[in-house]
Amino acid sequence: MNPMADLPAESILRFEDVSLRYDETPALERVSFEVLRGETRVVLGAAGSGKTTLLKAAIGLVRPDSGRIYLFGQDVGKLNEQEMVDLRSRVGMLFQEGGLFDSLTIEENVAYPLVNQRGRRIDPDHVREKVVEALSFVELEHTLDKFPSELSGGMRRRVGIARANVTDPPLVLYDSPTAGLDPITANTIIGLILKERDVKQTTSIVVTQRYQDGQMLARYRYEPLNGAIVPVSGKDKERGAQTVFMVMREGRLVFEGSQDELEAAQDAYIRKFVRR
Amino acid sequence: MLDFLIPPVLAIQEFFVLAAKAFQNIFRRPRYHQDMILQADIIGVGSLSIVMLTGFFSGAVMALQMSRALAQYGASGKIGEIVTITLVRELGPVLTALLVAGRNASGIASELGSMKVTEQIDAMRALGTDPIQKLVTPRLIATCLTLPMLTVVADFVGLIGGYVIAVPVLSLTTGGHYWSSAWRSLEYSDIAQGLVKPLVFAIVISLVGCFYGMRTTGGTQGVGRATTQAVVVASVWVFVLTFLITKVFVAIAA
Repeated sequence: MNPMADLPAESILRFEDVSLRYDETPALERVSFEVLRGETRVVLGAAGSGKTTLLKAAIGLVRPDSGRIYLFGQDVGKLNEQEMVDLRSRVGMLFQEGGLFDSLTIEENVAYPLVNQRGRRIDPDHVREKVVEALSFVELEHTLDKFPSELSGGMRRRVGIARANVTDPPLVLYDSPTAGLDPITANTIIGLILKERDVKQTTSIVVTQRYQDGQMLARYRYEPLNGAIVPVSGKDKERGAQTVFMVMREGRLVFEGSQDELEAAQDAYIRKFVRR
Repeated sequence: MLDFLIPPVLAIQEFFVLAAKAFQNIFRRPRYHQDMILQADIIGVGSLSIVMLTGFFSGAVMALQMSRALAQYGASGKIGEIVTITLVRELGPVLTALLVAGRNASGIASELGSMKVTEQIDAMRALGTDPIQKLVTPRLIATCLTLPMLTVVADFVGLIGGYVIAVPVLSLTTGGHYWSSAWRSLEYSDIAQGLVKPLVFAIVISLVGCFYGMRTTGGTQGVGRATTQAVVVASVWVFVLTFLITKVFVAIAA
């Protein structure tokens, strides 16, 4: 079921002993991990534990004080801003509040990476088609002419997901996609992330405070035949194995492992997330 | 002991880094022509009416003020010359720049500042685009193209303002003499000075607006602070630079 399983493991993102401080406050402390192609990473942690900084550091929005970060095999610290801009065009990112441009329409927001990225050559007539396709994916194709302020919080996240995926990037980062949303909308958002992941076979890193989000990403998959989200079972079990959980605490990575290992953990801080 | 100097020195360094990148991007792809045209429309066309109004009244008030002084020396016929030289060399570029600083340095700083505090600048970077290339360079080019043109318009409308006071209102001279003395009084160095100044002011106004916008912190209050700082700093620099450029031109003429 999962074509990625047959491919050789390729390192998409690697942190080597990365530390970063904001003024005197440590945001990341000696963080090391590696994300392989096709994996889903669920990063759990309390507010201010360094989850967002981790994502920002991964794509060079903030530079570490020490350690190395390799994105698609390239040492982020050795690239200049222009080279980083090009490398970032291979990554999709959903910001905490959606990060939409409030003076642009939904169509212009989703089209933004297509028409503005340096290396991208796309026929202008084709842009609208791609935008409608990306918005249909999140079931918002009727909002093309609206502005972000006219949409609800959940809808803005969905537009953010469409924008993050419109260029079909191999790696997508989701920063707290369900924060501040009601449980039903939150599940819809995770369902869409799942659908993007499984249809486009992307490597995904999802930062969240909700254990349910990770649980859903590890235990469910998108069934393209009937468009439903179904539990993984039997031969699809490897999807669950490809979901790796990480727990952050005050800038440190205190846990990395499978869902079963996470649920078996005895540490009180880690258990706090599992119980949720 | 000199720790208090660190923040301003760092700010100056950051400003020059931003300026260097903005200029570098003029020669780099991708070029955001649409953004540039949009900004030229906002800055140039948007400022046209206010620049014309101010230009007209500054020419008129110059003629009014000088009429008494020139009459004392029996030199009322020189009114066209005086108005032209003052407007082309100094008043036209400086007043236009101050208006554009008030209108556009603030606009740029508040727009970019709002984008900064709502993470839209970070989103731009994350989406594989360079915010300096997308936001700063088009504003720099647009201001550099439109401010000299606005200055020329202000100069001309100012001359009309001077004419209205000098000829129909005060009858200091004839229309033909006013315009011919205005024309004859101008030298190439005056034209050069009148065009170099707005170009330099344009660079300063756009970059100061962008600089304060891009380093905004502290939410909506921070946006307000950035806007005020941008207008104040840009306006002060207009006065400092007009002095320095005039000094250079005076030295060359000597």
